[in-house]
Amino acid sequence: MPKTPLSVVVSNTLKEYTPAVLVFIGFFAAWELSTIVFNIPEFILPPPSKTIYILYINLNIIIQHSYATLQSTLIGFGMSIAFGLALGLAVGYSSVVYKAVYPLLVAFNTIPKVAIVPILVIWFGVGKVPATLTAFLISFFPIVVNVAVALATIEPEIRDVLRSLGASKGQIFIKIGIPRSLPYFFGSLKVASTLAFVGAVISETVASNEGTGYLMIAASSRFDVPLVFAGLLVISLLGVSLFIVFALFEKRLVGWAYR
Amino acid sequence: MIELRNVSLEYVSRTGFRQFSVIKALDNVSLRVERQSFTSIVGPSGCGKTTVLKLISGLFKPTSGEVYVDGRKVEKPLNIVGMAFQNPVLLPWRSVLQNILLPLEVVEPHKSRLENHRDEYVEKALRLLKLVGLEGFANKKPWELSGGMQQRVSLCRALIHDPAILLLDEPFGALDLFTREELWSVIQSLWMETKCTVLMVTHDLREALYLSDKIYVMSPRPGRVITMVESDYARPRSIDITYTDRFVEQLHSLRAMIQVK
Repeated sequence: MPKTPLSVVVSNTLKEYTPAVLVFIGFFAAWELSTIVFNIPEFILPPPSKTIYILYINLNIIIQHSYATLQSTLIGFGMSIAFGLALGLAVGYSSVVYKAVYPLLVAFNTIPKVAIVPILVIWFGVGKVPATLTAFLISFFPIVVNVAVALATIEPEIRDVLRSLGASKGQIFIKIGIPRSLPYFFGSLKVASTLAFVGAVISETVASNEGTGYLMIAASSRFDVPLVFAGLLVISLLGVSLFIVFALFEKRLVGWAYR
Repeated sequence: MIELRNVSLEYVSRTGFRQFSVIKALDNVSLRVERQSFTSIVGPSGCGKTTVLKLISGLFKPTSGEVYVDGRKVEKPLNIVGMAFQNPVLLPWRSVLQNILLPLEVVEPHKSRLENHRDEYVEKALRLLKLVGLEGFANKKPWELSGGMQQRVSLCRALIHDPAILLLDEPFGALDLFTREELWSVIQSLWMETKCTVLMVTHDLREALYLSDKIYVMSPRPGRVITMVESDYARPRSIDITYTDRFVEQLHSLRAMIQVK
């Protein structure tokens, strides 16, 4: 394949990202303007300029708390990848497991995870453990469902190609099931990674003495609303970064599914 | 080579809430396919043509009667069978070459030999690709190919493990007329080269008459064999024979036998 000239690459990249960047800039501009035009006091809605300024002043302390949040999130998310993938493969592989486990899974997923945090605190005390577990509990479900659905929706014709050759169920699973479920798996990771952040932060706001969630709840009790918004900004940044990491993995590993 | 003796197949179908009915797909079907011959089954849609193929490949079991392949009763899928369907069903995450090699990862003795004799098999796959007119496409992904090209790849995949029997389920049904005619000559030369036994299901009577030695005509459901017609043109056949008076006449009488409900 001939190499694409650099100028074309640059212009394509610009074309791809310019709309998103413009929307971001527009969003922050509208926010900034509305606080000025409607004269909104800072303790109700601080303008983004103020939020970023506060973020800058408190950078050390925010980094410290964000690190705690990131740690809980990543450990919890790692657990949900392992557990979600294993359960998803089991549920998708065997219709017996599917019928047995699926109702319980749905029932469990319906429970608001905020309600579980106090129980986790009773069991494990205040701190990182409940945050990690909440991140795990909130984020494994989409992984299970996606992997299971991918396995359950294999086209019968593709299955027949291998079955008519005398392939066993296990061989069909390895040759077709797993590669076919990878795009679904990576798709679910993008959703699950952001959910894991939500879980960790929820738990920190309820029961912790560190983490971005704790920082925000402490700040709001002092009516330090700009600091709350600084916390929100940091969480979104972390969430977006993790999302991008998995989007890149996806593009690299299952590019065939996005043609 | 392939023999169906008084085969019937019934299955239970749900027709509504708590309502089930027994559907008879095949009714007392008997047919024979000689070794190294090219045989077709024609009939209206829903007459159980595909079911016959699934019985022979061991994917279905008959309700009564027996299916014999190579003198042995079929009880489970056989690895001496290669299959191609109306859809090419190639795996999108594999290259054309890897798709063709897929059966070798399942079927013995190739499965155990594949790792150490990979070059030999790759060479064979490339030879098949050349035979179907796809030289140089080995490393393409399936979606980079047109429908006709994908179907050629699927034929290569069906033949890579040297099956004694090739089962074709309306393999050209989704293609345009010109591509179809081109693939007819491809399948004819593949068959003459590999000398495997071909059983093809189709509802294109011209295709059946042009390619086959014997044509079984089936009735609407429940499928029964109404009659058998022979096509005795000398091989290799050129597409021109399909425009001769004799061919057209045979085509007419074949058409007259097909009953559509």
